[in-house]
Amino acid sequence: MSVPPYRAVLFAGLAFALALPLLAGVLGLDYAVGIATRILILALAGIGLNLILGFGGMVSFGHAAFFGLGAYTVAILSHHDMTGEAFATWPFEIGGTVAAILAWPLAMAVCALAALVIGAISLRTGGLSFIMITLAFAQMLFFFFVSLETYGGDDGLSLLARSSAGPLDLHDPAQFYFLVLAIVLLALAVTARWSRARFGLALQGIRDNERRMRALGFATTRTKLAAFVISGAIVGLAGALMANHTEFVSPSFLSWQRSGEILAIVVLGGLGTVFGPVVGAVVFFVLEEVLSQWTQHWMIVFGPLLVLAVLFAKQGLWGLAAQKLARHD
Amino acid sequence: MIEPLLSLDGLTKSYGAVVACNGAGLQIAPGEAHAVIGPNGAGKTTLIGMVAGELRPDSGWIKFAGRDITRLPVQDRPALGLARSFQITSVFPRFSALDNVALAVQAQAGGNFGSWRDARQDADLRAPALACLERVGLGARAEIPARVLAHGEQRQLELAMVLASKPRLVLLDEPTAGMGREDSARMVALLAGLRGEVAMLLVEHDMDAVFALAERISVMLGGRVIATGTPAEIRADVQVRRAYLGEDGAEPC
Repeated sequence: MSVPPYRAVLFAGLAFALALPLLAGVLGLDYAVGIATRILILALAGIGLNLILGFGGMVSFGHAAFFGLGAYTVAILSHHDMTGEAFATWPFEIGGTVAAILAWPLAMAVCALAALVIGAISLRTGGLSFIMITLAFAQMLFFFFVSLETYGGDDGLSLLARSSAGPLDLHDPAQFYFLVLAIVLLALAVTARWSRARFGLALQGIRDNERRMRALGFATTRTKLAAFVISGAIVGLAGALMANHTEFVSPSFLSWQRSGEILAIVVLGGLGTVFGPVVGAVVFFVLEEVLSQWTQHWMIVFGPLLVLAVLFAKQGLWGLAAQKLARHD
Repeated sequence: MIEPLLSLDGLTKSYGAVVACNGAGLQIAPGEAHAVIGPNGAGKTTLIGMVAGELRPDSGWIKFAGRDITRLPVQDRPALGLARSFQITSVFPRFSALDNVALAVQAQAGGNFGSWRDARQDADLRAPALACLERVGLGARAEIPARVLAHGEQRQLELAMVLASKPRLVLLDEPTAGMGREDSARMVALLAGLRGEVAMLLVEHDMDAVFALAERISVMLGGRVIATGTPAEIRADVQVRRAYLGEDGAEPC
């Protein structure tokens, strides 16, 4: 039985991802594991944004807010664990923690709550206003953390250590890499599944014609808000992972440039495709590395490349590839 | 008279200084095919928009199945049995014909959250959707992307989506708009087949279609309903003839 090319490419990608730490060890390129981890974390943020941008047609220019909130949640809890001071004493005492099992879901919960508030307000608008309001919220949070002197303000906050995760040692690059890979694979599986379920179809219907969906009897705003909240939580988890990866957080996690980066990853990889954000993150990182060696103002080259990608591949690089591969089926 | 399914009373809607609807009222019995005619700018589309819930009347009432729905949000009306089709074909272009109708079924079935099943494999959605497609004669075109369908087929698809919501009253905004003679005749035949089963409120410019379909006709002029009656009564109404039907060689719209 022959394997369709589309599947073959996916399996090859998975095999490469699984073998990467071993390959890096053999070739003496140990730093590659760290780079791959970073790419996967950015891909996870892209997967989160793609949910509302690619499948829901909501252009959020403020998703770095959730990235930063997730990162700061982990960093602040770790900070309190180190100092031994309680984070809050009322209405009940909340101490710090470095346990991933507590801190990471909490980071997602914080982001889900923030997304619920931001989404409930932003989704009253659409189009350009929606872009601007999400940007405004992200900027508000950016300056909030800049002025938050308790947690380093402008200078950011260092983590004494990565989160502890039971038997896993997250300081071991390979173990941390595999954990991140597992989370990304899970996120991909969830995306593939729900994009075909009732919720996903309703969301895509809203993207294509919201007025018609309302006329059919769909509560469109509620559906969009649910997607926005899930999206925020996933990006928050990516932020929590990035805080662990860099062992440092700063307001730059919430900057509009970061929001743009996540947007670029999704658009480049393929809006509304399951694997697009992973491809986008890889290509984005490679371009950044190659171009920034050549000039500090690498965005000057990257910008036009992005424009070309949008013009000639409506569903991004992955969409283009999937189309080509399907033709050989 | 039996309790009307839909009754409109004193509906008024203005856009700035322009009064699109000015105290319009009419009643539709269960199962009745009712057409609204009138020249361009008479307020027909505004009237349909208010019944569908997309426009909020400045004043007046809309009662449906004994319930005041004047201010009920659009998305809550289909559940009561009020469905609409669009004047400009409004299907989901990337989805297949069957996907389009299945979405309409899903809207009524609910369960949008929490279901992890592949909705395209869900017989609860697919079977009723396919039945509706077959009813409008698109059974063989189920897997074709909606954007590839011919204009007439898209209008048939639109009707299938409306039927999928199991309506008691269908709002039809120019169902034969932009159709050739053949497609138009097929659509009229389809709609005629629904008479007695679901009530229809029909806005239409094609007078042949109106007189072939409608059991009662309301004539709008300047935002008001100036006459309501059977096709024969409307044909005979002097006021209507003078105002609208093109007596003395005036161009009918």
